[in-house]
Amino acid sequence: MGGFVSRGFTGRRRTPDELAARLPPGQYAESGFPVLTAGPTPEVPPDSWRLTIEGMVGAPQAWSWEEFAGLPFESVPCDIHCVTKWSKLGTSFGGVSLDVLLADAQPRGTHAMIHSYGGYTTNLALADLTDGKAWVVTEHEGEPLAREHGGPARLLVPHLYFWKSAKWVAGITVLDHEEPGFWESNGYHLRGDPWREQRYWSD
Amino acid sequence: MERLTAVEQRAPGAWQVATVASIRLETPRVKTFRIALGMWVAHLPGQHYEVRLTADDGYRAQRSYSIASSPLLEGEVELTVERLEDGEVSMYMHDVLGVGDEIEVRGPFATYFVWRGEEPVLLLGGGSGVVPLMSMLRHRRLTAPQLPMRMLYSVRSPEDLIYGAELGEETTLTYSRSAPPGWTGHIGRIDEAMIVRAAAGFTSGPAFVCGSNGFVESASRHLLTAGFPPASVRTERFGPSG
Ligand SMILES: Cc1cc2nc3c(=O)[nH]c(=O)nc-3n(C[C@H](O)[C@H](O)[C@H](O)COP(=O)(O)OP(=O)(O)OC[C@H]3O[C@@H](n4cnc5c(N)ncnc54)[C@H](O)[C@@H]3O)c2cc1C
Repeated sequence: MGGFVSRGFTGRRRTPDELAARLPPGQYAESGFPVLTAGPTPEVPPDSWRLTIEGMVGAPQAWSWEEFAGLPFESVPCDIHCVTKWSKLGTSFGGVSLDVLLADAQPRGTHAMIHSYGGYTTNLALADLTDGKAWVVTEHEGEPLAREHGGPARLLVPHLYFWKSAKWVAGITVLDHEEPGFWESNGYHLRGDPWREQRYWSD
Repeated sequence: MERLTAVEQRAPGAWQVATVASIRLETPRVKTFRIALGMWVAHLPGQHYEVRLTADDGYRAQRSYSIASSPLLEGEVELTVERLEDGEVSMYMHDVLGVGDEIEVRGPFATYFVWRGEEPVLLLGGGSGVVPLMSMLRHRRLTAPQLPMRMLYSVRSPEDLIYGAELGEETTLTYSRSAPPGWTGHIGRIDEAMIVRAAAGFTSGPAFVCGSNGFVESASRHLLTAGFPPASVRTERFGPSG
């Protein structure tokens, strides 16, 4: 490979140099916030929302919306990268770090399956969820998270492709092994690191 | 030149340099590109290819395009592309790419928005969202013409109608902005009543919904009202516009 040039292609959507270094290979900067969901958007009223942590843990946890609102809240500036090629640079979310949520649960495993309202699942290694790399967020750019973007609460794992940042998050099950979630069973990569372009199984 | 040849791994993950075999104008803003592939793998209707453009200084742009053709079209795929004003890849394909030109692609990808022959099957398409549905419709016509399939297809105006000559009695068309003179069918956006009527007898199978974000949101909501279980509704959204 390497040598191919598309005849007559110069590129219109070039990213300014100061941003180019923040774009993983194959991505382009998008100013909007596109929606990508596998099925219909579920409706989750905050007063019936629960977040649970269970599975291979020392102490299973559950938070209601009110209890969750009492946890230490952080603002998270980040870049996000969707496997369909757009990246949104310089955005921000607000929520609770997984380090806080997992601390009381005392995880004993190595991996996790994230479950969402509506049935979506996605898998992550615990190492990708801890050490300040993942949050459960309820705000986007200072506003309550819109329903089509996962409101009332979604996972945020900005260093991996955005399908890992499960919308309408309901629970985290800690596992002692890796299992594929929804997209991961459907041809997408188990880990999804945008900097290594881990889009599909074959990557 | 290092070029991938058919001798290499026949895997969808590999980029290959393919050739534009023919180009068809579908509407003033939509063209179909028939691409001849050295490494061809039969796809499932609903899957897509990735197209990658490279400038001579190494700058690259990469986008996804659904396959419009049936997998029975061996060695080739058809991609149908809408020209977006100021769109980096779609404008290049419309304004520069010609028959005989080479283009880098890889695929087929995705195994969720695919039709594996389940029946009955309901298809809801808005604008260029009809493209992956057309692969399903064409494949059914070639392999199982009796299989119950119904399509609702919404276009803005007669000049936006893609594949018009190929649509048959399985398709119900609606013009959301302007209809052709003498049109006696539906006018206006796909609404709940249309979907409930189309869904009668179809709720035991999958429904495929493809189009802009707004189209997919409202159409999939109406499908739930019409009695489809959420897990049977598969959606695909074509990017930022909505
Ligand atoms: C799974 C999948 C399948 C798809 N299948 C099809 C298909 O079958 N047919 C099809 O036509 N499309 C399809 N798409 C959409 C396709 O991948 C592209 O998104 C689309 O062609 C637009 O790409 P582009 O490079 O032409 O436009 P882009 O350059 O990406 O721009 C998109 C739009 O946003 C505007 N825009 C973006 N950035 C800026 C900016 N910085 N300044 C100003 N304006 C901006 C452009 O004006 C344009 O209208 C599919 C998408 C997915 C994810």
